[in-house]
Amino acid sequence: MKVLKIATAGSVDDGKSTLIGRILYDTKSLTDDKLEAIEEKSRQRGFDYLDFSLATDGLVAEREQGITIDVAHIYFSTPSKSFIIADTPGHIEYTRNMVTGASTAQASIVLIDARNGVVEQTYRHFFINNLLRIKDVVIAVNKMDLVDFSEEKFNQIKGEIEYLASKSEYKGQNLTFIPLSALQGDNVVEKSENTPWYKGETLMHHLERLDLDDIDDVSQTRFPVQTVIRPKTEEYHDFRGYAGKIYGGNLAVGDEVAVLPSQTKSKIKSINFFDKEFQEAKRGSSITVTLEDNVNVSRGDMLVKVTEEPKITKQLDATICWMDKEPLQASQKYYIKHGVNDAQAKITQLSSIIKTDFSGIEENPSALELNQIGDIQLKLSKPLLVDSYKDNKSNGSFILINPKTNSTVGVGFIR
Amino acid sequence: MSNKTIQVDALESEAIYIFREVVAQFEKPVLLFSGGKDSITLVRLAQKAFYPAKIPFPLMHIDTGHNFPETIEFRDRLTKELGVELIVRNVQDNIDSGRVKEETGRYASRNMLQTETLLDAIEEFGFDACIGGARRDEEKARAKERIFSVRDDFGQWDEKNQRPEVFDMLNGRIDLGQNVRVFPISNWTELDVWSYIEQEGIEIPSIYFAHKRKTFVRDGMIWSADDDVVYRDEEEEVVERMVRFRTVGDMSCTAAVLSDAVDIVKVVEEIRDSSISERGARIDDKRSEAAMEKRKQQGYF
Repeated sequence: MKVLKIATAGSVDDGKSTLIGRILYDTKSLTDDKLEAIEEKSRQRGFDYLDFSLATDGLVAEREQGITIDVAHIYFSTPSKSFIIADTPGHIEYTRNMVTGASTAQASIVLIDARNGVVEQTYRHFFINNLLRIKDVVIAVNKMDLVDFSEEKFNQIKGEIEYLASKSEYKGQNLTFIPLSALQGDNVVEKSENTPWYKGETLMHHLERLDLDDIDDVSQTRFPVQTVIRPKTEEYHDFRGYAGKIYGGNLAVGDEVAVLPSQTKSKIKSINFFDKEFQEAKRGSSITVTLEDNVNVSRGDMLVKVTEEPKITKQLDATICWMDKEPLQASQKYYIKHGVNDAQAKITQLSSIIKTDFSGIEENPSALELNQIGDIQLKLSKPLLVDSYKDNKSNGSFILINPKTNSTVGVGFIR
Repeated sequence: MSNKTIQVDALESEAIYIFREVVAQFEKPVLLFSGGKDSITLVRLAQKAFYPAKIPFPLMHIDTGHNFPETIEFRDRLTKELGVELIVRNVQDNIDSGRVKEETGRYASRNMLQTETLLDAIEEFGFDACIGGARRDEEKARAKERIFSVRDDFGQWDEKNQRPEVFDMLNGRIDLGQNVRVFPISNWTELDVWSYIEQEGIEIPSIYFAHKRKTFVRDGMIWSADDDVVYRDEEEEVVERMVRFRTVGDMSCTAAVLSDAVDIVKVVEEIRDSSISERGARIDDKRSEAAMEKRKQQGYF
């Protein structure tokens, strides 16, 4: 089954929970026992509507405060596709959660309250979608019923977002604007009679139609080795397999490859998946390969096609989203995890803080606080094999780990 | 003659990737095996991750003593076939020594007592990573769980202070005494698991298929009438019904569903059309809305 991961962000006020609840309800993904539980809790709290956030706010603290604190994962499927929604709160103090949720998403839904139009939160959400280069973004203009399904209002919001898009660095984005009423179901699953002027698809129809192959970034092949498989049995006495997941492009038997960082050349001898062999493997596949020559390969090494080598460097320029209470400062040391590779990293420069509301940058700040996004330079203890994030998402991103607490404190996007 | 092109399914590929990260990042991993469909699926994924080598870690079963006999028989046969080490630790031992107190009454279950035995075993063997078959779609506290979930000496889950997991990078750095719970099929749904079992032709215990069983009804749910394990009032009448189980926990907390699904094809059809979630048949979740979150804070899976 094909899986589409979607990121959403926003507060209860935008009607986000109602939208998710509506999708679950209309695709018959809410089972009777879950629906009953929501009905009972909504009644207990004295609501005269079904509070669908009760289905997703899994922690006691979230239900007490009526807010979503963490990333919630919501699963549903239609006959053609499985969907995973990574749902995050939209407020500024949850920027790190939004980045986390969006990092694995192939598409994103930005929810706008038609009455309020584009607000600060919309800017931030839009900014993060651009930073992460999410190709398919749906601008869901919700609560259209409260503005009399006004085409003029809808077009005004559309214009503002299009202006924002024209200012952003990432140009490859597909923007789709849909007028909705999540509460009444207009244009969610069923096409609405209240918006005769809208000729586009319903939200679900749009999401179902998205071609996964188109929205995944295609680039050069990267095969980082996770572990070396040596069975040491009689039958497989000489078997030496390199296990990993292929990113970017495909890999085929006979391909000439370079083992990085040693730059030893060899050829792909076999591609194995469980007890079968294949001629070719497509990107995204976790496989095991063997090489023609007996070369030295270990975890963290990378196989690439000989004409497609990434940059081998001990210095990085990156945009970073800070995720820890202890702020980032120049000259601090961290562990860096780049894919399956580890090194030590020293922050050599914190050049700027980027404002997520598109209002510009703050130059030469003294620290980068929790939930802020900024540009930094790093010096590494050993060379890493990197691409820029815009060329290859998985090989162009990294995390920083605080050596004292072992916590993941930041996520970086290589420029 | 080898096959042409392979595109590994996204969820399967992700799970295999996670297994390989566990073996690369930890010194002493263990797979927690209950004999249920989710842990059986994990075993198949682990096989695929390391083939043609054997699964490079042991399987461990925390036996409550209230398991369905069919599950235990299945467990022993599977581990023998795979040639992997099976560790069994019994909740009964802790009850006998007085370390934990058994619940009594109508809703008595040993489910909660597993936690203590699990934490003891982690300490005994020095496991630093425990791989489990929990899925985010099962229950809403589990929906907040990370793929690598750090636990302290007491096995506690600090739900408000979890590490962000971005892209597919997994941070397994821990201090001595901490351990990580790993959930390779976090993003699978119940239907994904059943479809995979069908597609791969994986053998599962017979209680998952419709069979005749002596049962009684309480609170609208169907219970196995095994008087040694499941508490039953005298007036609760035992009737033979055609049933199957959707989850395999203890006999005392797992209710059956009426079903004619005698094989995997029919089971998948039944799940696809079902209007009740799988945890709807687990009495341990019904104790309160926060039942799962509380258990997890205490070290439960």
